[in-house]
Amino acid sequence: MTTKIDARGLSCPQPVLMTLDEIKAGKAIEIEVLVDTETAKENVSRAAASQGWEVTNVAEEGDGYKITIRKG
Amino acid sequence: MKLKNIFASLGGIIGVGLLIGILAPLLQKLGNPGNMGICVACFERDIAGALGLHRAGVVQYIRPEIIGFVLGSLIAAYLFKEFRPRLGSAPIVRFVLGAFAMIGALVFLGCPWRAALRLAGGDGNAILGILGLIFGIWIGTLFLKNGYNLGRAQTTHTAAGWMMPLMMLGLLALLIIFPQIEGQGKNGVLFYSLKGPGAMHAPLLISLGVGLAVGFLAQRSRFCTMGAIRDFVLFRQTHLLLGLIALIAAAFVTNLILGQFHPGFEGQPVAHTMHIWNFAGMGLAGLAFALAGGCPGRQLFLSGEGDGDAAVFVLGMIVGAGFAHNFGLASSPKGVGPYGIEAVIIGIIVCLLIGFTMRKRGTA
Repeated sequence: MTTKIDARGLSCPQPVLMTLDEIKAGKAIEIEVLVDTETAKENVSRAAASQGWEVTNVAEEGDGYKITIRKG
Repeated sequence: MKLKNIFASLGGIIGVGLLIGILAPLLQKLGNPGNMGICVACFERDIAGALGLHRAGVVQYIRPEIIGFVLGSLIAAYLFKEFRPRLGSAPIVRFVLGAFAMIGALVFLGCPWRAALRLAGGDGNAILGILGLIFGIWIGTLFLKNGYNLGRAQTTHTAAGWMMPLMMLGLLALLIIFPQIEGQGKNGVLFYSLKGPGAMHAPLLISLGVGLAVGFLAQRSRFCTMGAIRDFVLFRQTHLLLGLIALIAAAFVTNLILGQFHPGFEGQPVAHTMHIWNFAGMGLAGLAFALAGGCPGRQLFLSGEGDGDAAVFVLGMIVGAGFAHNFGLASSPKGVGPYGIEAVIIGIIVCLLIGFTMRKRGTA
């Protein structure tokens, strides 16, 4: 199933913490993370990769990005 | 479609660390104080002094490096379409954190940037400071793991994002209108130091140029001395940490080449040997930086890309510097100030209170 995380407006390391919490909860196989800064986008992508997840899509959405990551 | 940000790569962050590590000792060679080629806390304190917010005569100078940090980041943010005016994530809390971060840093006599440069210059007291920094950040990560969160920022007016860059342009204008006059402690509205660290500085254009370059590169690479340690403690991520280690290594080699490496504990420039308070001062600063989400340099870079909350943290630091010297909280080479110990204890209590009471997982 796909889980959504809204990390817009939150500063680092919150978006990464939220993403890692969701990954570690072990239920999701796909997660969509909404962020609104480049830094958060890079950090979430890097953190997902470190957990063996794959960044399958980064789409511009509103003022920010929707990052889709998938369990590898 | 934007170009991929090469500075956000591993090579990028290490390259930026190496460059800062070379430039900082060169600034010292060109006139900045010992092991203080770059020190964000000290330089903001000097700005507070130049404006008369405190009257410690030996630390008064509008440091162009700080102006450059903000404006360099602003230029990078605009060039790469990353200028995002935003604010509203508990600004008053960030102000208080900034003030106590400064007080803690001035008990140690340096921010994390200077702690790294002091270590690279052979100052053994920096080891205590860095251990304290790691300890403070570690406490901060415990709060983060338990849901500590200052809430979301909101998008705001472009002009609101320009407040800190405009203030920096204002400081630059003052520096040009009222330049230092040989042998005079004041010109127009600005105070200048006749002796001490405030009287030691590289030429204005070089300081400003290096500041702009560092601000630009740090915005691109997200260089952060606190984040370096935090991400390792929290996630075992070494990305930012390698940037900080590169800075220390490059500064060490550059100091050796320039004859600026002097190992020891006693008689180090702008430093004292009270180990407990070097540790505790930096511990307080580290905790405050961790709770605010960035080292003092990173707060300047963020404020350059439109982050109003980071800008409030910077103002907190400048006001904190005023208190630190007016109240006798700041240390000197003789040791801690008359009320420095009390201030560190109060600061730690305030930061713990903030950490314990401001939790809200993800929402807010």
